[in-house]
Amino acid sequence: MSKQYSCFLTAFLLMFGMLALTWGSSTALASAVDTYTFDDEVTKKRYQSLVKELRCPKCQNQNLADSNSPIAADLRREVYELLNQGKADIEIVDFMVKRYGEFVLYRPRVSNLTYVLWFGPVFLLLIGVLVVTFILKKKPENKPKKCLDQAQKERLQAILDNDKSTLNNEDK
Amino acid sequence: MNKMIRFIPLVLFIVLGVVLYRGLSLDPKAMPSALVDNKMPSFQLPALGDKNRLLTEKDLAGDIVLLNVWGTWCVYCKYEHPYLLDIAKSKRVTVYGLNYKDIRKDAQQWLTQYEDPYVFSIFDELGKLGIELGVTAAPETFVIDHNGIIRMKHVGPIDGGVWQQKFLPLISKIEDEKRADQSQRGS
Repeated sequence: MSKQYSCFLTAFLLMFGMLALTWGSSTALASAVDTYTFDDEVTKKRYQSLVKELRCPKCQNQNLADSNSPIAADLRREVYELLNQGKADIEIVDFMVKRYGEFVLYRPRVSNLTYVLWFGPVFLLLIGVLVVTFILKKKPENKPKKCLDQAQKERLQAILDNDKSTLNNEDK
Repeated sequence: MNKMIRFIPLVLFIVLGVVLYRGLSLDPKAMPSALVDNKMPSFQLPALGDKNRLLTEKDLAGDIVLLNVWGTWCVYCKYEHPYLLDIAKSKRVTVYGLNYKDIRKDAQQWLTQYEDPYVFSIFDELGKLGIELGVTAAPETFVIDHNGIIRMKHVGPIDGGVWQQKFLPLISKIEDEKRADQSQRGS
């Protein structure tokens, strides 16, 4: 039983590892393709983080920075213009959400719809912890049964002795 | 307890199976439109036919308005074009075009070559109104009711089947609502 569960656990860990890997690579590859010039470094940084955070509505597994689609280019231009108008990051994100829906956010807001998304993993982890503690607690109960008490030991010794004597008899 | 544990993999399998099976019939590209049940956004853009004529949302007159996003670069726009002509001729709705990210000369030529289903087309060279409407690509079609509220956004081409299944029920519903509104006002 416990072997089954350790297999299960390994598979789970592997899955988590792979997820972590894909997440890492997708954020590392992002790069902007436009030649916008910014007045200062801070605006540039804000622009770069915004186009990484916002998802292209047409090509759903890319962010605005990654995508070559015309709509992504338009939305990058829109982000740039809104930044130049002095809009705050939150206003720009609201602008996008109002037009393209919550979908454009790579980090969805916490709402009734996204509770599972945000807290599901924690819940699964808790289940995992519970399973592990359950297994670990069960083991010590099994162990004493494997040891023989004094009476059993004596009986075993008697059987062994008896065996030896019969073997010896056969040799003769 | 041990016997119960044996069933956990089966239960997990069934739950996963149901979730994945449901996923098979979902269209991952279908996105809920953020604009449905909102007012048509305001805009100020030139007409395709006449660049000196400035159009606003007030020009989209009609009881039930169909705003069709199109471009000469869009393959499926050609596919839905004959259906749009039929729809425009039926007079049940008023069809307007939003020429999206296109070249004016090409678009004008397209309309003379293939017949023009639109009362007029808005010329949105930079896709500004497109962004206001949450357009991702052409063709897309918006249904706007008699109160100027966007009631539906259809992504992809219109054909006979789509028109029958998706548009006509909504149009009948809006017509009923309009009749109800009028009788309320009358009484």
